[in-house]
Amino acid sequence: MTTIARPLRKPFRPLESVRRTDLGSWPVVGALIVIAVVFGTLNEHFLSAENLTNLALQMAATGTISLGIIMVVLLGEIDLSAGSVSGLCAVVMTILSVRHGWNPILAVAVALVAAALVGLLHGWMFTRLGMPSFVVTLAGLIGWQGLMLYLLGRGGTINLSFDGLLASLSDTWLPPWAGWLLAASIVAVWTGGNLLERRLRRAADLPLSSALWLVFRFVGLAGVLTGAVVVLSADRGVPLLLVIFGSLVVALDLVLRHTVFGRRIYAVGGNAEAARRAGINVNRVRVQAFIAASTLAAFGGILAASRLAAVNQSSGSSDTLLMAIAAAVIGGASLFGGRGRAYAALLGILVIQSITNGMLLLNVDSSVRYMVTAAVLAIAVAIDSLARRGNPR
Amino acid sequence: MLSAKNVSKRYGAVQALDGVSLDLSPGEVVALVGDNGAGKSTLVKVISGVVPPDQGAIEQDGRPVRINNPLDAQRLGVSTVHQDLALCENLDVVANLFLGTERRRRSLLRHIHMERTARDLLSSLDVRIPDIRVPVAMLSGGQRQSVAIARALIGEPRVVILDEPTAALGVEQTAQVLGLIRRLRDRGLAVLLISHNLADVQTVGDRTVVLRLGRNAGEFRTAEATPESVVAAITGGTT
Repeated sequence: MTTIARPLRKPFRPLESVRRTDLGSWPVVGALIVIAVVFGTLNEHFLSAENLTNLALQMAATGTISLGIIMVVLLGEIDLSAGSVSGLCAVVMTILSVRHGWNPILAVAVALVAAALVGLLHGWMFTRLGMPSFVVTLAGLIGWQGLMLYLLGRGGTINLSFDGLLASLSDTWLPPWAGWLLAASIVAVWTGGNLLERRLRRAADLPLSSALWLVFRFVGLAGVLTGAVVVLSADRGVPLLLVIFGSLVVALDLVLRHTVFGRRIYAVGGNAEAARRAGINVNRVRVQAFIAASTLAAFGGILAASRLAAVNQSSGSSDTLLMAIAAAVIGGASLFGGRGRAYAALLGILVIQSITNGMLLLNVDSSVRYMVTAAVLAIAVAIDSLARRGNPR
Repeated sequence: MLSAKNVSKRYGAVQALDGVSLDLSPGEVVALVGDNGAGKSTLVKVISGVVPPDQGAIEQDGRPVRINNPLDAQRLGVSTVHQDLALCENLDVVANLFLGTERRRRSLLRHIHMERTARDLLSSLDVRIPDIRVPVAMLSGGQRQSVAIARALIGEPRVVILDEPTAALGVEQTAQVLGLIRRLRDRGLAVLLISHNLADVQTVGDRTVVLRLGRNAGEFRTAEATPESVVAAITGGTT
């Protein structure tokens, strides 16, 4: 009877294990694989280089808006105005550059500053007037769209010139050598950073994470990047739009994890009262997050305008906002605040855009597409809620 | 080293403190006991700078000092662990220890420096946490209380005030925290322990100060005091 001495095995409860462990991004990665397999078998075109390149192009704009959403979601707040702000700022930029003939870079800069002011206003109303962020940004959703329509005037559509700098933003492709160089340097910098960190930790006599895990992640990163460059180079090349979006994701992730600002975002999102007592200026952090959210939304709007080579009355319409919020949540940013990484935007938008793209290829009616997207969103939030409830108190 | 002399505080019609005095010395655990409404919390708030006293003085090393806000208290080396621990449950132990006082180079976090300091601090206090890089939400109540107390030591304080540190804990976890309080004393800190639990007070207190209805109602060397005499002082059963 050797079994007596062993500790009792825990009964198997799948929901329980979801609650106990932080699953991180694994459910999303699993979902992506399922999506790839399902649509890949149903339609041979889905996994083709051309379609995957289109997918990369479709992601960038909404994904950038989703990055902004993550900034406020991390605080446990919400920004419903991101879609409208993206449309408004795209229109501002287009009017300045097309109608007034401004230098496009200057026009983009002014549009981003305008967005920052919008975010400042939202943050001010939220912190000083004590209005719920839901209401502040709901007013923003309606109001900024109104302003956009007013600025557009009767015409309703303004075209960007196709060979201008702005339109070429979404029609520039890295030649294969540049794509490979980029991928190789990303892997090199990542590896260098990790090795340096290991050395510093060893010097400080701190425990090291297992080398095997590091190798595993190295292989994963190198594999994903190699795959991406192979596929994208088989078509038109790595799109500049994807490089811009990817850089924003990486930059924001580094800011959130390695700066005092990022640490304070997580702190305020986790327990605002504790942060306040620890001497953190909670309201300043909140205002900064709203400014970042609006600015990123505006940048997303500019990318969308570049891709369409125009702005019109449906720029940044309600679909954009909902997809951006859904992407953040599906990617693993917790609506309760304090949990989630910038990569949530990338993973989430990849899931949503793949579903949309795949269903369009299959000629599925948009009614079904909405229902499937809703189901994915509901599952993501359910996982989030269970994970939260599992935490002791 | 830190003493409150004849401190009074009135909230509207309620005289919360009426000429209360309290002395804290290095390497000594002073237990502050009293019934609800006896003025314990108000006295703690005065010392930790949350509310200013109406009358009376606070002296440090014999010199009068002004404590008008929590920052003043911190500068004088007074660190308070509130009853609700005020931890960010989504952050790991290191991040919680340095919450608001992150070690940085420009605005970059110095992760390794902070983790080294955190490990040294926790092991010097004999606080055992299996993995200090998991979110605090994953820790037990006693471990969280230990983290909260350790955080109070980050600014190298001279006085630590603990408000009901064992109120929400089980037997074993209470023992852990009481052990931690002894180690604070052994480091030469002045510890002020607010507690309802006379058993805890008997275990770790060196001196017991009783408040009743906002006044000093007795002071005992804990080793010499019987629980009956302390209870009598709390309830006003004797003079």
